[in-house]
Amino acid sequence: MSKKNMHSEPFIRLSKNNAMPMWKGWLIRIAAVAFAFIVCAFVIVMITDLNPIEVYAAMIKGNFGSSRKIWSLMQNIAMLLCIALAVTPAYKMKFWNIGAEGQVLMGGVATAACMIWFGNSMNPVLLIILMTVVSCAAGAIWGLIPAVFKAYFNTNETLFTLMMNYVAMQIVSYCVCFWENPKGSNAVGIINSASNGGWLPTLGGQKYLLNILIVLALTVFMFVYLKYSKHGYEIAVVGESENTARYIGINVKKVILRTMALSGAMCGVAGLLLVSGTNHTISSETAGGRGFTAIMVSWLAKFNPFVMIITSFLIVFFDRGASEIATRFRLDESMADILTGIILFFIIGSEFFINYKINFRSKKNGEVSK
Amino acid sequence: MARFVSFFTQAVIIGMPLLYGSVGEMIIEKSGNLNLGIPGIMYVGGISGILGGYFFETYGNTSNTFLCILIPFICSLAGSLIMSLIYSFLTVTLRANQNVTGLVLTTFGMGIGSFIGGSLSSILGTGTTVSLNIIGACFKKSLPFADNLGLFGKAFFSYGFMTYLAIAVALVAGYMLRKTRVGLNLKAVGENPATADAAGINVIKYKYGATCVGGAVAGLGGLYYVMEFIGGTWSNAGFGDRGWLAIALVIFALWKPDLGIIGSILFGGLYIVYMFIGGLPRSSQEIFKMLPYVVTILVLIIISVRKKRENQPPASLGVSYFREER
Repeated sequence: MSKKNMHSEPFIRLSKNNAMPMWKGWLIRIAAVAFAFIVCAFVIVMITDLNPIEVYAAMIKGNFGSSRKIWSLMQNIAMLLCIALAVTPAYKMKFWNIGAEGQVLMGGVATAACMIWFGNSMNPVLLIILMTVVSCAAGAIWGLIPAVFKAYFNTNETLFTLMMNYVAMQIVSYCVCFWENPKGSNAVGIINSASNGGWLPTLGGQKYLLNILIVLALTVFMFVYLKYSKHGYEIAVVGESENTARYIGINVKKVILRTMALSGAMCGVAGLLLVSGTNHTISSETAGGRGFTAIMVSWLAKFNPFVMIITSFLIVFFDRGASEIATRFRLDESMADILTGIILFFIIGSEFFINYKINFRSKKNGEVSK
Repeated sequence: MARFVSFFTQAVIIGMPLLYGSVGEMIIEKSGNLNLGIPGIMYVGGISGILGGYFFETYGNTSNTFLCILIPFICSLAGSLIMSLIYSFLTVTLRANQNVTGLVLTTFGMGIGSFIGGSLSSILGTGTTVSLNIIGACFKKSLPFADNLGLFGKAFFSYGFMTYLAIAVALVAGYMLRKTRVGLNLKAVGENPATADAAGINVIKYKYGATCVGGAVAGLGGLYYVMEFIGGTWSNAGFGDRGWLAIALVIFALWKPDLGIIGSILFGGLYIVYMFIGGLPRSSQEIFKMLPYVVTILVLIIISVRKKRENQPPASLGVSYFREER
């Protein structure tokens, strides 16, 4: 080999690494989280001058300090998980639906409408069925609009769904103007606070238990749906390669529409649980950014519904813990966002070391080491 | 007429941060990277300017107008550059998913902006909210002859220098993309990085360059907002959804920076038109606030239905480039 060739061999060469065993991948991810915790500790020390171990202890206490806190932690995990489950089939299909926020809001506003109009006049069982149907339909429609244009005209779905979020937010603000109670407060207030009409029932005296059980059932459903059903298989093929899907006779348009309808409908369910099962009110903040966070939850878990329980726990834990620190040390609430951001950057970055292999130039003959 | 002129000037002032944001995003998207972190970058651009300005106003000599402008300006650029480097390192070097990285960048940047803005006073122990009157006034200083020209002067010459800078940046970016080798290479990278790579264009270098330059331009939008629009203060929720509107404007302007100038003023107008119509109930105001997004969706649909080649998003938008992947 000539000298010239030796020099043109790059110092670092990348190649795809498909053979990495699963446990090794998870080890890298856990290491990334551990690194992130260390970096976060530095940031905390820089800002607050506190012992980082004390700070993490305060975080754990803020999350698990009392049974009320534990329930609220589980409730928050369940809500985030529900939306993450909803976006998963679309993402597996490589349909970049970042409109979950809007789809949840549409489900929520449909639920609120049922509660306000029929809450005191309808049979409660019928009402809950009606609310479920209407919220699913509202979410599904909001998901289907961009899907139709994607399927038939190849309209960019990322940008489309992003815009739909803000349209949904304004629709909610519009409805709030009509439903506000008391007048002039610009807020809906607790709907049917006297009669509890349209509120999801409480199980065993725990007001969040039903929500959590529903989301658990959805988790199992989504796992089975993606892994063992024909639909799930079709989604995976379309996601890997649209052309392959077409060759083997999958109707790609139909799969896109069906999957987005399912994704939107599940976001609608999340809206139902948030409005009827949790807050009993509606505002443009009802989804509270979960529609965006859910994307990261789903993606970090490699679209595995059970792993999503862990990833959503991680995010909710940090969010709650950081706001606990913030209130205790009179800092701004947004510290949670900074810490979450740092952790996610590390996890995102760690994927590289799982998916790619780094080959350094070896000294002998400029040959690439294996 | 006076009413229209005041509407127009308001629309321009609302529109310019969007113009910065969208020209920045256009440059980034032309390299094939969809940076959804623009709202975060604009937050950081704004707060870095405030931070730099705060230290300068406290410890520096504020009689020098030039320094008053230069220091927040450089701080803002540095802040958004750091954010862009995080994004480009993750998406270009580590080939991470662009949507997820961008969304995290937005969370992170908005967190930084709100955190520093919200707790600056308590950390520094001053007890009051930051208010940079002197620097804000420097940024707002308009052309001296604006007042002598009546309505015409008010409509076109009553703005601070950053308004004219925004238009200049948009025109230069448009020229670069259409006429220069750098711009054409950049477009090639965004359309088909493998072909560009084969033609000897350094894809990684172009992607890094575009995300950094674009991010810096977008960050200036945040600086414009805090300095010229609200006069050197910070309010956590004040910036609102402007970052996403900037991304909407990219589509509305069909990835053409010069069209963005008109688009931004139009968006600014749509943003405030409900205040000028008068007598609207609050509910219809909410519907009016929807307009910029609805218009953007319509544009998005129309360009995808008409399939005109020159109006499409860059073909490789959102896909990370790995040379050995076919």
